[in-house]
Amino acid sequence: MAEKSFSTHVNQIYLPGDSVTLSKTDEISTVKIVLGPGLRKYGKQILVTKSGVLRTKASPATYWIDCHHKRYVPARGDDVIGVVTNKVGESYKVNIGSSEEASLSSIAFPGATKKNKPNIQIGDLVFAKLLIASIDMEPELVCVNSLGENVGLGVLSTSGFLFTVPLHHIRKLLNPECTLLKSLGKALSFEIAVGMNGKIWIKAKSVKQTIALARAISISEHMNKEEMNKLCRKFVDRQAGF
Amino acid sequence: MKETPLSICEKQTVIQGVKEGQRVDGRSLSEQRKTCITFGTEWGCCQVLLGNTRVMAQVSCSVQVPKSSRANEGMLFINVEMSTMAAEHFEAGRLGQQGIEVNRLVERCIKDSRCIDLESLCILVEEQAWEVRVDIHILNHEGNLIDAATLAALGALCHFKRPDVTLDGRDVIIHQLDERDPVPLTILHHPLTLSFALFNQGICVLDPTNLEERSADGKLVMGLNAYRELCTLQISGDGVFIHKEAVISCANVAASRAVQMVEMLKKSLADDAAERYSA
Repeated sequence: MAEKSFSTHVNQIYLPGDSVTLSKTDEISTVKIVLGPGLRKYGKQILVTKSGVLRTKASPATYWIDCHHKRYVPARGDDVIGVVTNKVGESYKVNIGSSEEASLSSIAFPGATKKNKPNIQIGDLVFAKLLIASIDMEPELVCVNSLGENVGLGVLSTSGFLFTVPLHHIRKLLNPECTLLKSLGKALSFEIAVGMNGKIWIKAKSVKQTIALARAISISEHMNKEEMNKLCRKFVDRQAGF
Repeated sequence: MKETPLSICEKQTVIQGVKEGQRVDGRSLSEQRKTCITFGTEWGCCQVLLGNTRVMAQVSCSVQVPKSSRANEGMLFINVEMSTMAAEHFEAGRLGQQGIEVNRLVERCIKDSRCIDLESLCILVEEQAWEVRVDIHILNHEGNLIDAATLAALGALCHFKRPDVTLDGRDVIIHQLDERDPVPLTILHHPLTLSFALFNQGICVLDPTNLEERSADGKLVMGLNAYRELCTLQISGDGVFIHKEAVISCANVAASRAVQMVEMLKKSLADDAAERYSA
């Protein structure tokens, strides 16, 4: 079992069963530390439950293990894209790629009331936030914030395109340091919704442009910053040549 | 677990794109994905990668009593296994509709086209014959399982060698692999399948991905060999319309692809043999 301290071992590889110990400074400090996916408190130890790389984020100090994943495990507060599969009474069943389908109440939309409900067909896509994500319970989605306001969530247009990428790629795209989407946006105007469950919905002016963008995003999975910039330049050149 | 349902927007984009001659993965309509054929260390082990679809086939043999109706022939048995890691909706131990379709089409393409000389597998008439068994494992499902499965099965059969047999009067002696060089199977021709996804506007798309298969209205599977002979033909899908000219043009595309694929298979076999010889 490897004994490594948190802050000094960020970006190192861990295997399940490894334990991570707090450094002396961490132990004394009263700063709250959040354990993300792949880390678990077990007695006094902090154990690693997934194989991957230790990552961190400041305020609140959060640590998690980053690894290649295709299956989504629901987490409270995540924005996800799901496919509506059924309507049961007052709520919809939504497939978000997790082991169980999530439920979405028909009044959890901005401005919706019992009489004024959104028009959703089976097969439509919804961009929603996970309100409940517990191991033993059905996940629950909402498309409003706690005040019932519009926060950019809701039904997505059927004229876009949906594709799936591995979960670590989603995290990379949503990282504020990642410039891929911004640079692509300079070449073409498009609408995009990125779900933490690995689903990306994208809509450009034409099907051709939509497909080109979807492919550019998919192939950037294993690219670093320089390669992404190169890809963007190539993409811009090709778009200009249309 | 249930398969992720197809959303309206995915289907619409695929159909609209195909109408404009654009495919979601950037290929042209009659372009296949990158195909890669590799062989394992054992005889008769072949793995095929068709884009991200991955299929492995392993051939084995045993001595059995031949069927009374075909007393002077060996037997060929084809079995398909769908691993649960290949796709979320596959169940362990159960083939389901898709699995049965793959199994049946591989059987039709390889067994019914009589590409293996079964008479050469007979040891003693009515008493002993080889039963050759092909186990096909679907390892990753990313569309067009049928083509990948037939190619893997054919590759494995071409690569396979059975132990040599001699007769001492009526006693059968089976020689171990280290005792005598094993014998390859007699393969008369190389049949392959090529699948097209059919869309109701009369468009045929070669080597469909999972998304294209699910958005399409029907499917056309053609079994062909390197002599441009048709071995299998199947059109499935409810209410799909296809002109006979379209079938002919698909057959022409498929025939030229089949020739290239067989060449590629022979080249990989030769490369594997050369590597084994040098090692």
